[in-house]
Amino acid sequence: MKILVPVKRAVDYNVKVRVRPDQTGVDLVNVKMSMNPFCEIAVEEAIRLKEKGAASEIVVVSIGPAQAQETIRTALAMGADRGVHVTADVTVEPLAVAKILKGVAEAESPELIILGKQAIDDDSNATGQMLAALMGLPQATFASAIEKTEAGVNVTREIDGGLQTLSMPTPAIITTDLRLNEPRYASLPNIMKAKRKPIDARTPDEFGVDITPRLDVLKVTAPPKRDAGVKVDSVADLVGRLKNEAGVL
Amino acid sequence: MAALVIAEHDNVTLNDATRAAVTAAIQIGGEVHVLVGGENCASVVQQAAKLTGVSKVLHADAPVLNRKLAEAMETVVLSVADGYQALLTPATASGKNFMPRIAARLDVMQISDITAVESADVFVRPIYAGNAMMTVKSSDAKKVITVRPTTFAKTGDEGAAGIETIDVPAPAVAARFVSEELSRSDRPELASAKIVISGGRGMGNSENFALLERVADKLNAAVGASRAAVDAGFAPNDYQVGQTGKVVAPELYIAVGISGAIQHLAGMKDSRIIVAINKDADAPIFSVADYGLVTDLFQAIPEFETELDKIGY
Ligand SMILES: Cc1cc2nc3c(=O)[nH]c(=O)nc-3n(C[C@H](O)[C@H](O)[C@H](O)COP(=O)(O)OP(=O)(O)OC[C@H]3O[C@@H](n4cnc5c(N)ncnc54)[C@H](O)[C@@H]3O)c2cc1C
Repeated sequence: MKILVPVKRAVDYNVKVRVRPDQTGVDLVNVKMSMNPFCEIAVEEAIRLKEKGAASEIVVVSIGPAQAQETIRTALAMGADRGVHVTADVTVEPLAVAKILKGVAEAESPELIILGKQAIDDDSNATGQMLAALMGLPQATFASAIEKTEAGVNVTREIDGGLQTLSMPTPAIITTDLRLNEPRYASLPNIMKAKRKPIDARTPDEFGVDITPRLDVLKVTAPPKRDAGVKVDSVADLVGRLKNEAGVL
Repeated sequence: MAALVIAEHDNVTLNDATRAAVTAAIQIGGEVHVLVGGENCASVVQQAAKLTGVSKVLHADAPVLNRKLAEAMETVVLSVADGYQALLTPATASGKNFMPRIAARLDVMQISDITAVESADVFVRPIYAGNAMMTVKSSDAKKVITVRPTTFAKTGDEGAAGIETIDVPAPAVAARFVSEELSRSDRPELASAKIVISGGRGMGNSENFALLERVADKLNAAVGASRAAVDAGFAPNDYQVGQTGKVVAPELYIAVGISGAIQHLAGMKDSRIIVAINKDADAPIFSVADYGLVTDLFQAIPEFETELDKIGY
């Protein structure tokens, strides 16, 4: 079984981003970038399926600027087999990403495509579902457990009231949630080995995809600031203020 | 032209998040219709028909819609999408699951988790865990939108909409439902409770979470958790509040043993009053708290219960 894992280069989750004074976006100069955490979980899951013997090859694909290759190398160092880099120097919206991924998937014919449920930069939570619809495939989003079966795959999902388990034939699309696994760190020897793994360079044009954004960003502003209030001395003081000052008890 | 709101429900009760999506649809302008897709969901249809501002309810009833799985929802919504300029649904786990499929099939870029409607094609949405707000103008002919339920008023019950039954086409592909494990609780729902008390890693273990549950029962509050508490198994996954969990904005949010990482703040900083109980005076949670109490939670929580008793809880 071949698994395709799309990965995104995003602001590191420890960074508190700041809005640019000209309101055109957030300041990303000299800011630490990493693989989107949910994508890391997707890579890890693919590797675990391979280690269990359920998968034979893992292909990672990233759409983005030249530096997206570093993100691909990270996945290769974790244990993926080869990469595809689709160069794009502008922001590519989830819809266009899904269209490019469809092109990649048609060329690679994976049995499973595992993606992160959301990227922690634009927080859209849409690419996996869009790809599933464009390809006419079943989906299991927000996965916390994946089990390969004879006929396909069983996936447990995190939903609003608890957990739900679905079963589906492959090919299928899965998006990862936090509890699926804890991604490994790449070892030094594996980082060295990853340097020799192949990365195929492609462009959106080769897949016939127009990446012109549909959403025109008019402005990006800071959220309303919330100020720190007071420190109270005791629980009795706290309850008194919640009742008399704030009126919430 | 009209807007269509796809209702969130469990086949019996209309979820309040739907009311927020209806308000967003009203702000876009034009008639507002509601689609109730489910199995044996006639009671939800009756509730939807009473929503203020709604002129028509579409009732799609079939076994394939029982769990509102994404593939079946895609098929039924697409079957009526032609007549609408905007499709909206609340940004709940269910809405996030099926809505992007519909957007992709319509060749539309979804506008996720909107917090404001500026005009029929301009919307505000949070990015970077709510550390920035982005105002976007959509050039798509049709708008496909998920709505953050906490930032829109909930429409009332003064409506009297007509009801139309629609056919439910079978989806071409579909995942098969196997089972569900739902957390049962008599407490109010986390997303809409007036008071939420959340525990973090500082709770230490799942037995200690019972301390919070006792307070919650007194206050008729919901219980929430940080990611660290869920990952450690102290609380179930659906308790997680934050960027990648649930977004809540109650009248009162009490954070107990939670440090206040940006990902957690993203899910609760719009609460009206925030209380933080943490033994570390430098914990970032205090920077957003209206009332902070620097102390050991194992002392503070039982005391909190006693003080509540004193004022008649
Ligand atoms: C991709 C991604 C998504 C994430 N999404 C979310 C999300 O949606 N929601 C979320 O919450 N987090 C999320 N996180 C995790 C987040 O970054 C933090 O790790 C998490 O919120 C920390 O939880 P915590 O505050 O309970 O634990 P900690 O940061 O460990 O804080 C524990 C606190 O408890 C206090 N404490 C300990 N013992 C006591 C005591 N006896 N009395 C009083 N205080 C005590 C400590 O002083 C400390 O401040 C996400 C992270 C990533 C990478």
